[in-house]
Amino acid sequence: MAIKRGVSLYSFQNETFQEKMNLEDCIRTCAELGAGGIEIIGEQTFWGWPECGVDDADVDHWHALIKKYDCVPVSHDFMLDYKRYKGRIMPFDEQVASVKNDIDFGARLGMKYIRALVSIAPEVLVAAAPYAEEKGIKILIEVHAPLHFDHPWIIRHAEAFEKSGSDALGFLPDMGMFLHAFPPVWRDKFERLGVPKNISDYIVKSYEDRVLSEYVILGVQELGGTGPAIAMAETMRHNAAFEPKRMLDYMPRIHNIHGKFYQMDEDYVEPSIPYDEIVAVLKQGGYDGYICSEYEGNRWIEDAEEPDSVEQVRRQQVMLARLLGESEDPKITTPANASAMAATAEAAE
Amino acid sequence: MMDNKMIVEGSLESVEGGFSFLGRLPYYRGLGLSMIEDIQVTVDGDVQPRDAVRFSVRGKTYTLDEMETVYDDRWNFGEKARIIVLNGGLAAGDHEITFAVRNRVSYLPFVPTTKDTKQLALAA
Repeated sequence: MAIKRGVSLYSFQNETFQEKMNLEDCIRTCAELGAGGIEIIGEQTFWGWPECGVDDADVDHWHALIKKYDCVPVSHDFMLDYKRYKGRIMPFDEQVASVKNDIDFGARLGMKYIRALVSIAPEVLVAAAPYAEEKGIKILIEVHAPLHFDHPWIIRHAEAFEKSGSDALGFLPDMGMFLHAFPPVWRDKFERLGVPKNISDYIVKSYEDRVLSEYVILGVQELGGTGPAIAMAETMRHNAAFEPKRMLDYMPRIHNIHGKFYQMDEDYVEPSIPYDEIVAVLKQGGYDGYICSEYEGNRWIEDAEEPDSVEQVRRQQVMLARLLGESEDPKITTPANASAMAATAEAAE
Repeated sequence: MMDNKMIVEGSLESVEGGFSFLGRLPYYRGLGLSMIEDIQVTVDGDVQPRDAVRFSVRGKTYTLDEMETVYDDRWNFGEKARIIVLNGGLAAGDHEITFAVRNRVSYLPFVPTTKDTKQLALAA
């Protein structure tokens, strides 16, 4: 089995928020790119989830689209709002029941996995594991910066998963934790917010030199930096160039990958995340699941320009296809907003 | 994220006892209403009192205090909610509206407030 390509529809959030693309546009675009694995944030794609539930008709529409475009449901990313009640944390049993509700929704959508956020306690997931096994679903905790595979919180999850003896518990690493260079789109955004060039140069260089974040924050203060300059340095508290090889120890429990990226250049390179190294490590580890594109540059550029999420995803899929040894570059043949445009025209008639 | 898309252009209207506009949650998902901690509307520099604000989606209208214990309704992803301010009404013409939303997000170690300011015209 080989590594497969997919897309998290999170990538198209800027377009779907504004109703420029609908669900059919998203799925068709992924299918044309040969990225048949579809991941969603359940409550982004399906209005009503979880508080109001989702009608069977909407779930049927999902399955019809998946079938029409020959795609594969991969993961329903759930949130578990344990701060739903003001001033108190949701009780343990209710948290477990909430996870079971998302297991059911994942199963309705034909998903293999549901994604748990990293802040969820391992005991909650362990308690839900037998139900997940029954439903044929695996619960994957997203290992996301600032956390990483050597962090005690992740080690605690790993230990709890082993002790449970359940194979329905695993990991979904987000490639943003392997941030090998300060992303140019972050730098540009902070400069628009007023960070002087000498300070942004200093931060980018310090990132390259792997200087401890606390020293960089002090250094920025000494250069006279305030407000956005401090905030720019503080990104180093939450991001670092962790080592892709650390995934190798956990391969038997890694079942899905977030192909996080902040920008894809015209030459198909992500300037801050080393996808060549990452794909080599995944091949070495015998990974045979999906890498799902997760475009997150949108929030860094939207103040200056309208994000073109589809073009960004296309470029990343070309990069991935080449790294995976595919002979042809993925192409989009239908305008990415075709279905939304047709629906608007129909509504106007 | 989506900060500059919170206020829907051209949506300012007069309502009985005040005015309203359409607002979207600045987030990549929706939220249950109990997690909307505050909505603050500023008009031409004047902050409107919290108890003058109403939030309306799909035919249901809530005060901000009521929303704190609503566990069976949501502000969906990209959904245009009608934000109503019972301030006695606005004069026709251009107004500068600032719309600020404070959310309680389970996984964040802080409570974010996001805001958008736009010039909206009220028809005579």
